[in-house]
Amino acid sequence: MSTHTSHIITPTRTYVAVFIGLIILTGLTYVAAINDFGALNTPIAMGIAVMKASLVVIYFMGVRYNTPLTKVVVVAGFFWLLIMFGITMGDYVSRAWLGVPGR
Amino acid sequence: MANSTTSGVAVGHDAGHGEHHPRLQHHFFDMDQQLEASTLGMWVFLVTEIMFFGGLFMAYILYRYWYPDAWASASNHLNVQMGAINTVVLICSSLTMVMAVRSAQIGSIRGQVGYLIATIGFGATFLVVKYFEYAEKFEHHLVPGLGMTFAPPADHIHAAHPVVGSSEQLFFSLYFIMTGIHALHMVVGIALMLIMLVWAWRGRFTPEYYGPIEVSGLYWHFVDIVWIFLFPLLYLLGAHLGAGH
Repeated sequence: MSTHTSHIITPTRTYVAVFIGLIILTGLTYVAAINDFGALNTPIAMGIAVMKASLVVIYFMGVRYNTPLTKVVVVAGFFWLLIMFGITMGDYVSRAWLGVPGR
Repeated sequence: MANSTTSGVAVGHDAGHGEHHPRLQHHFFDMDQQLEASTLGMWVFLVTEIMFFGGLFMAYILYRYWYPDAWASASNHLNVQMGAINTVVLICSSLTMVMAVRSAQIGSIRGQVGYLIATIGFGATFLVVKYFEYAEKFEHHLVPGLGMTFAPPADHIHAAHPVVGSSEQLFFSLYFIMTGIHALHMVVGIALMLIMLVWAWRGRFTPEYYGPIEVSGLYWHFVDIVWIFLFPLLYLLGAHLGAGH
């Protein structure tokens, strides 16, 4: 039996690099938001937000070094949310398509 | 070997079974497995939190789809500077949080205590900025149900902006609920960190045992992630439309 954990200790410079990346992406979010890219504004904002969240999950939360089981749970959780958004919006967007009451 | 020279951990009790680390719970095989199980458990809880906030985001998505102009117009009433400051504050707090866990991993009590105090400090700063932000909303009659009427009051805000209608009220309802519940999660996070601070100061965590501070950190980072999505969706929505919208 082991009394020591074999967890990898991430170096400080990696954490600082991720931090700087997050700050830069935050600035990028703001700059992208004040410019008019039409319909692309939202995908750009969400793309940057997903990148920031990914940096936090992979490096700050240490998922990079977690077991495959934990990784599956993390990915599945976020993916399930997207499924819920997709199906719910699919319902609302397709209302009145058939021209039949209630559909 | 069960003897550890790094932190003075006593040899585990030998009440009829093998020696083990005193912090190893009996239903786990070793410290590694215990830590991984704790991490997985916290992630399962965080997935339920994703669902919780997800419901609110779903409401936001739907009403934004239905009322895009009201959404953009209402968003422009929010204070982007304060939102941006809070975003940076939370990112800083995530860095200090991760450094606190790292300090436990390398056995530095000073590091743990220092970084935990910094993390709590950033969290408190976030809440203070939030207070001033909310105060401004009350001042400008942007709180649904509290003087937020269909007819605009005759002040400079409404002279420049269209009538605050029911769809804008919807936006502000979601704004207060989403940021309010997020702030509540921050309060819980700060309380958690205060407990971790006391434990860290008492030398509870060692390079072999730091599970509680690590999983508390996971919770803290999750609250940061929620804000990472709240900021662009609530504050920056109508930013490209400029003044007059």
